[in-house]
Amino acid sequence: MDARTAHAMNRFGLGRRANEVLPEDPVAWLVQQVEAPDPAAFSPGLPTAADGLTVLREQNKLTLPPNTSLVKPLHDQDVAAHTAQLLTTTAPFRERLVWFWANHFTVSTRAAGLSAVAGPFMREAIRPNVTGSFAGLLLAVMRHPAMLMYLDNASSAGPNSPVGKNQRRGLNENLARECLELHTVSPAAGYTQADVTEFARILTGWSVDLQRLFPGYLFRDGTHEPGNKVLLGRRFGPGEVNGIAALDWLARHPATYRHLATKLVRHFVSDDAPPDAVTTIAGVLRDTEGDLAAASIALVHLDAAWTPLAKLRTPQDLAVAALRALDLPADKQPGLGAALATLGQPIWTAPLPNGWADAAPEWTAPEAMMRRIDWSYALAGRAGEHDPAAVADAALGPLLTARTRDAMRGAGSRRDALTLLFTSPEFQRR
Amino acid sequence: MITRRSALLGLSAAWSLGGRASLALAAAPTDRRLVVVLLRGALDGMAAVSPYGDPDLLGLRPGLAGTEPGRSGGVLDLGGFFGLHPALAGLHGMYAAGEMLAVRAVAGPYRSRSHFDAQDYLESGAETRLSSGWLNRAVGALPGRTGALAVGVQIPLLLRGPAEVGSYAPQDQPAPSPDLYARIADLAHDDALLGPAVMEGMRDRGFSGATLAGMEAKPGGRNAFAALAAAAGRLMAAPDGPRVAALEVGGWDTHAAQAQRLQGPLRGLDAGLVALRDGMGGAWAQTAVLVMTEFGRTARVNGTGGTDHGTAGVAFVLGGAVAGGRMLGTWPGLAADKLHEGRDLAPTADLRTVAAGLLTDHLGVPPAALGAVFPGGVAGMGGLVRA
Repeated sequence: MDARTAHAMNRFGLGRRANEVLPEDPVAWLVQQVEAPDPAAFSPGLPTAADGLTVLREQNKLTLPPNTSLVKPLHDQDVAAHTAQLLTTTAPFRERLVWFWANHFTVSTRAAGLSAVAGPFMREAIRPNVTGSFAGLLLAVMRHPAMLMYLDNASSAGPNSPVGKNQRRGLNENLARECLELHTVSPAAGYTQADVTEFARILTGWSVDLQRLFPGYLFRDGTHEPGNKVLLGRRFGPGEVNGIAALDWLARHPATYRHLATKLVRHFVSDDAPPDAVTTIAGVLRDTEGDLAAASIALVHLDAAWTPLAKLRTPQDLAVAALRALDLPADKQPGLGAALATLGQPIWTAPLPNGWADAAPEWTAPEAMMRRIDWSYALAGRAGEHDPAAVADAALGPLLTARTRDAMRGAGSRRDALTLLFTSPEFQRR
Repeated sequence: MITRRSALLGLSAAWSLGGRASLALAAAPTDRRLVVVLLRGALDGMAAVSPYGDPDLLGLRPGLAGTEPGRSGGVLDLGGFFGLHPALAGLHGMYAAGEMLAVRAVAGPYRSRSHFDAQDYLESGAETRLSSGWLNRAVGALPGRTGALAVGVQIPLLLRGPAEVGSYAPQDQPAPSPDLYARIADLAHDDALLGPAVMEGMRDRGFSGATLAGMEAKPGGRNAFAALAAAAGRLMAAPDGPRVAALEVGGWDTHAAQAQRLQGPLRGLDAGLVALRDGMGGAWAQTAVLVMTEFGRTARVNGTGGTDHGTAGVAFVLGGAVAGGRMLGTWPGLAADKLHEGRDLAPTADLRTVAAGLLTDHLGVPPAALGAVFPGGVAGMGGLVRA
């Protein structure tokens, strides 16, 4: 494996799976993953958002004993399906994009009811749209029950809407604020509280119907704020169609392109996103009107993205890479979901709507590092007869340092050697 | 897989083997128990059992020779000339009770100084790597169905093979040894991001600033090996429990600061062997334990206060069935012309003969079957267990 291939598989991919066939041309391999259809095949038996919401509705009618949940089994199925996808995908760059955008549009099961729809959100709103237009992705997210529930828009009502007047209900700004701040233009656009309020009015009525046969997104005329609104100086009329127009306009805003470019470059280049790389990606987004495939491919062509080992692996990245490197048989494979809980990044549980941090200092608390070490040691204990040197060479190739190689060679057991590999500075990075 | 709670609480001695149907072992052909403890990483035999009477010891090992018996921190005397490391007080108590013996200058039949190769050969019981371990083949050579148990997350090569083997592992994973933590910290040391975080994390875990350099384990800290050994003892004490078990424990690869770094692992080993005895209860009288490592370490101290990979080392045999209170084997001496390749303690006994002696005289493996256990055959060392 040459250095560029090793780098491509770690920086843009999820770490090489043991014996994974090496691409002849790493750049072409990455580009192909963006251009080809998503090879992921999720079981048609996995719950849809409608399934999850149906179960949630029935659960809400019952008085369940403590620590019992009807929704959890559905959620567990989705965690299993998504973790299996991470460990076995043949399109790891595309998978990384899926998780990047899922984190950009964070929903978290720390919020009530969200475990009914977090998995479906990934499969229905995020995954099909990661190589389409950003406007399409944004609209799919903003109409998904998971986001409408997580950021409380489902219960927002215009003060002058019929329901607002009759039931004295009002605005909830949560989704509008986070959509401006986190999902689209960012504070750099200079919006004011008035803009947030106006956008919240625009989004009134964007709700979830739990009662119908197949629960899901519903635009409620009865809670929609009538009249025109002004967002960032631009006027939008009433109705769902103008909400769609507002989102489309925000999606194509230059400040949005800049914000997305910064986050993409931070994820794929370095914590301190180099300004010229950000400018390049923002330019691609502008020139293609937010084509995420074009932006993803442009990332691959950034010279700065080929500086090895510039990014610390998050706990999820680390666990996925280590498990892929060992590729243990199913009966020895520890659960990735449990691993991520141990390591401090359980799936779909980000504390806040801004998602998991994408900068090393957030992940290098002393106890967090100790957990990485202890988890690595536990994993290495399952590795049986794997030759540590062969695992290291297959996973890192020329990225493996002589120092780590020597430390592994001098280790007292295979288990110790693999622990040293997984905790080494180079394996901790991508 | 034995469920942890039922096993630990002693609620059920039923245990299933390798995912197959649960086997009742009420008709086990023997009441004798054999436990093999693998010390992975190469225990320094001369640190565990110091030949303090050897005139060449001090010259070879300034700073690592230990202190003579009877003085503060001195070795625990084994009948003159040899003394146990002071961290092995429990073992010394067994020696005094006639339940422990040490075999000096012992080594496997191979001369590899690679940990991984040597461990494979040690467990294979051969000079090459085999697909099964000698303890598994020994279980297969016993009449009837004798239960064997691997205590730990995985089944070591020693116990792998055609004979059925159960495994037991607690849910709490053992933590890395202090030595491994030290190596990880060393590897990360120059990394501006990870180095300080790992050091701080270890301090937070109770490695005091004073002991960080030597990475001595925190006294009274959790001892995963002792917990495993105690559980193994309780499992084996059951009338229908396993008769053969293997445990492993690491932390022995002391290339630097050995005087400090060996304290914790030796204390842990000692506590574990005592816990095994206590867990066995009355079954201890029918038990023999073999403690072995892949090779010894260099006779000389190296430049970093440690020792490097060597050849002959020490093995311990303990248990209520053992004819202990003695030292076995021949001491080759530490004179320059006696050292193997001018650097290592020379082997005078084949570790397989110790194992073979226990298999035949203790466990009841027919001597004729030894050829299948150790390819090429070896003669068992006699007199290890009480008649």
